[in-house]
Amino acid sequence: MSAPAASIGRPRAGVADSLGTWARNNAWTLGLLGFLVVLLLFTKYVNHNYSLVSLANTATAVVPLALAAVAQAVVVISGGIDLSISSQMALTSCVAATMMAAYPGEVTAVAIVIGVLMLGMVLGAVNGALVVMTRVPDIIVTLATYFVWAGFALLVRAAPGGSAAKWLKDLVVGSLGIDVVPKAAVVLVVIVAVIWIPLSRSRLGLSLYAVGSNRLAAFRSGVAVNRTKFMSYVITGLLAAFAGLSLTASTGIGTPVPEPTYVLISIGAVVLGGVSLAGGTGGVFGPLVAVVVLQLIRDDMTFMQVDSNYGLVAQGFILIGVLMAGSLIQMRRSRA
Amino acid sequence: MTAATGTVNERAWLRPAAWRNLLRDYPLIPLTILLVLLVIVIQITQPGTVNAGWAAVNVRQAAVLAILAGCQTLTMLTGGIDLSVAYVASMSGFVTATFVHQPGGWVLGIGVALAAAALAGLVNGIGIGVFRVHPLIMTLGMGLIVFGFSNVWQLQNVQTGTGVPSELRTLGTGLAGDLVPYNLVVFVPIAILLILLLRRTGFGRMLYAVGDNPVAARLSGVRSWQVVVLLYVISALLAAIAGLLQSGLSNISSVTLVVPYLLPSVAAAVIGGTSIVGGRGGYAGTIVGALILTVLTGYLSIILPEPWREIVFGSIVVLVAAAYTRVTAEA
Repeated sequence: MSAPAASIGRPRAGVADSLGTWARNNAWTLGLLGFLVVLLLFTKYVNHNYSLVSLANTATAVVPLALAAVAQAVVVISGGIDLSISSQMALTSCVAATMMAAYPGEVTAVAIVIGVLMLGMVLGAVNGALVVMTRVPDIIVTLATYFVWAGFALLVRAAPGGSAAKWLKDLVVGSLGIDVVPKAAVVLVVIVAVIWIPLSRSRLGLSLYAVGSNRLAAFRSGVAVNRTKFMSYVITGLLAAFAGLSLTASTGIGTPVPEPTYVLISIGAVVLGGVSLAGGTGGVFGPLVAVVVLQLIRDDMTFMQVDSNYGLVAQGFILIGVLMAGSLIQMRRSRA
Repeated sequence: MTAATGTVNERAWLRPAAWRNLLRDYPLIPLTILLVLLVIVIQITQPGTVNAGWAAVNVRQAAVLAILAGCQTLTMLTGGIDLSVAYVASMSGFVTATFVHQPGGWVLGIGVALAAAALAGLVNGIGIGVFRVHPLIMTLGMGLIVFGFSNVWQLQNVQTGTGVPSELRTLGTGLAGDLVPYNLVVFVPIAILLILLLRRTGFGRMLYAVGDNPVAARLSGVRSWQVVVLLYVISALLAAIAGLLQSGLSNISSVTLVVPYLLPSVAAAVIGGTSIVGGRGGYAGTIVGALILTVLTGYLSIILPEPWREIVFGSIVVLVAAAYTRVTAEA
């Protein structure tokens, strides 16, 4: 209550004040970054050979999952959920690999990439239209379209195969200049920044948060609720197509079988990244950090020569533990 | 005017509202009609498919799916969901199989499996009921944990060797007189118990109350965390039983055996009329939903190649769910 009053009394807030506000608003992401730093120190402790180059390799490995998590974050912020992300990725990846094998050429590949991105938006639009028109809960609609997109992926390719243009593969392999800046991470950050930063500052971005936090209130304030929900799925579809393309780029082929862990880990990373499943809070950078954290935990298990399956166990425990701690803090705060 | 009113009353059954109420209050009727229509379509397009043996095989598979869908029905009634069932079920079948060549045998194996499942369910329940973690994410994390531990267990038991106990194989695959699946011995009591639990017991009514209006339930004195903890333990135990039946049915012990049935188990509960937002539904509908899905999957696998099968399967799930939402939206 006092914050608005203070800003009225002093129209130009000091740098320290606005930094404080920014830190409060991004407390969860900052906490997660702190956790990441601790985890990195721990990684260095268990594996003395761990260097910036290894960190770059970790970053390269997580690109598809990171894009999937960002895609999931957009729709979760607006109060929905998308279980079909992994089969959207499989379908777009298969279409890209098949088309690039059928029409080779570095320049035609550009057209194919644009076409695949538009296909992703169409898939998202179908999800969104079904959610808005049938009023069936999001989780059921996208559960059903999970099967539909997986079926189409199998129609496109009966078996893994196809090829990828050279420039597409070069985008995610190797590093820029010195060895410590992986190209994949740069591409990832550029894609997310180009889509998310303008979006979050636009009217649509504000509507996403409004609809996610209170649908009825958003409706009464004149937000076009249905159009916003629809658009959230379109953007998710676009980002899922980027994720599918990154799969094709890193493997050089298209695989028609969706990887179910992408859905599960993307939802986990979104929540760990500070986006409430109830909608209306968080951003996309928290989930990005969360994906790296989850990957690093598995890497550490490998370094410590623990059976890699304990990596899954650890991921599960971290996911649950962090959430329990988060809700404990929230409960204490609301009691106080 | 009087004549007109009389006509309206006589033709009350023609009013859409009457149909809507019928569908909302007795979802079993349209579901059974749907199942019968499906069987008729199969008989017309594939003459000779429908016979007693075909029915027995379908019922045998549907029983396993229906138990898994029971986990989803119970948890969905409270507005939750249990995504750990697939891994808990696979774990249960696998753990039992690893005990076959050990002292104690498969009986001890089943005991260990059920205890592990109950523990997973207990942690789920505490996370959701006490710490208020979202059910989706809690059971998802628990699924990862159970899957990880199952893999570890698998590596530690590479030397000892595994095998599905012959008793489980008989229970899972056997058909009495080539007609009645033995696994009904397990399924029928579970079905009766669940239906009675939901309709006749205080615990059952509390599930509906917590799902329909958590605040009202709390103000009426329901200790919702206790309800939720017990609920998820029951759900995990049901999943473990389903896993035992499935490993017997397919004669495979694998840590991912039941994973393909996770999404169908949610779909069966939804088709059966249970609302994912809580407070509405029942187990009888879920059983018919599981039957419909099993028969449909079998039929589609005959007439369509796999890609189209998945496309049609998904479309039907969304259509049925949309029909329900339309019918139950405004009364």
